[in-house]
Amino acid sequence: MAQYTLTTPLTSEDTKKLKAGDTVLLNGTLFTARDAAHKRLVELIEKGEELPFDINGSVIYFVGPTPPKPGDPIGSAGPTTSYRMDSFSPTMLKHGSKGMIGKGKRSQEVKDACVKYDGIYFGATGGAGALLGKQITSAEVIAYPELGPEAVRKITVKDFPVTVINDTYGNDLYEQGRAEYEVKD
Amino acid sequence: MREIEFDVIVKAVRDIIVHCGTDLPQDTYDALKEAMENEKSPVSREVIRQILENANIAKSEKRPLCQDTGLAVFFVKVGDEVKIKGGLLKDAINQGTEQGYRDAYLRASTCEPFSRANLKDTVGYNLPAIIHFDIVEGDKIDIEYAAKGGGSENVSRAKVFPPAAGKDGIVEYVKEVISDAGGNPCPPITVGVGIGGTFEKAVISSKHALFRDIGTKNPDQELDELEQRILTEINKLGIGAMGMGGTKTALAVHIEANPCHIASLPVSVNVQCHSSRHTHITI
Repeated sequence: MAQYTLTTPLTSEDTKKLKAGDTVLLNGTLFTARDAAHKRLVELIEKGEELPFDINGSVIYFVGPTPPKPGDPIGSAGPTTSYRMDSFSPTMLKHGSKGMIGKGKRSQEVKDACVKYDGIYFGATGGAGALLGKQITSAEVIAYPELGPEAVRKITVKDFPVTVINDTYGNDLYEQGRAEYEVKD
Repeated sequence: MREIEFDVIVKAVRDIIVHCGTDLPQDTYDALKEAMENEKSPVSREVIRQILENANIAKSEKRPLCQDTGLAVFFVKVGDEVKIKGGLLKDAINQGTEQGYRDAYLRASTCEPFSRANLKDTVGYNLPAIIHFDIVEGDKIDIEYAAKGGGSENVSRAKVFPPAAGKDGIVEYVKEVISDAGGNPCPPITVGVGIGGTFEKAVISSKHALFRDIGTKNPDQELDELEQRILTEINKLGIGAMGMGGTKTALAVHIEANPCHIASLPVSVNVQCHSSRHTHITI
């Protein structure tokens, strides 16, 4: 399992070198969205309307942060459970997004879309909100402020630690890891 | 009768919420440390290391442990010789909850079930709290509190079995629930199991079981043995920390059992994430 440092936006060249189990320190810009925001973003795509950010090479972080303390760019910001975005992610990948950060298993459709469109599903440590929030150096709400914690934010990250769960070759770290440690009677 | 001021309760509730949001209880911290030492998978060991580092950062910098700061859940035992002066106990708990969530910059996570509109500006900041009351003898109020996140709640389940299912049926059911959950509830988890009673009694018991300190033994020997048996089975599943594969899927299994109807065996499984934020005070 290799270690990489990558800067967004990601290219197919970046994503194709990653394998399930690799650890990556991400730098650059991420966009935050949970299910409520995904629903609206996918509606815009389907209507052929402009998105609030450039989707090409983008990495979407599934997170609803706590409010920032005075002087901080953002509060605690760990990943939310990803399956709620399963129905939206293939459309995002098809239209140029290259990565997603969340926690928990994805549907076969999402894994297939990762293979087809050179996308990567990264896992970040759920519940490590204080630690991950500290790797975010700036945050700005760019769409849907009425959604509160679920608004779309443009955030800048420095050495944000993630692990490759689903790669562009159809591998799944959750399945591999579990098979390795499962004890069958 | 002993009179307790409304504001005393508001302040006490506010303080435990602030504390629990940023400070991982010692029992949980110790259990995670032990799990890290015994975990065989290097990937899962690194995840648990990050969880412990997160707890250290949250405590020293007073930051929320997790962005999901939960719904506020209380089990309250009110002494029959207590009189609240200046308002209702329920209102005091809700007011303390709102103050605590605001003061510690915790997230307001309650919403209307259909429109999903956040309730912070209408009902109140992260209100209403979920409160289970009981009336007991005495002149004190006993408050158990836990912050309950959504990821672990979403994988929880309940089912009423025929009595013949027995212990084997219970063990298989809990295994199935945890196996299906995989990494979603943020393992290594604590598993609360409520057995017996009626349908809702089993569910509430499974919630209350999560409030017990990790590492404490069930005083009932039969239940203690069942807890150990289920824990061993869960840790054979190989799910590991955050589902990445490993030998420590659960830190503990806690069971509460109740007498039930001759026709039924209700079983409820309620899951808590790795960072079990819970505490207990007596006023």
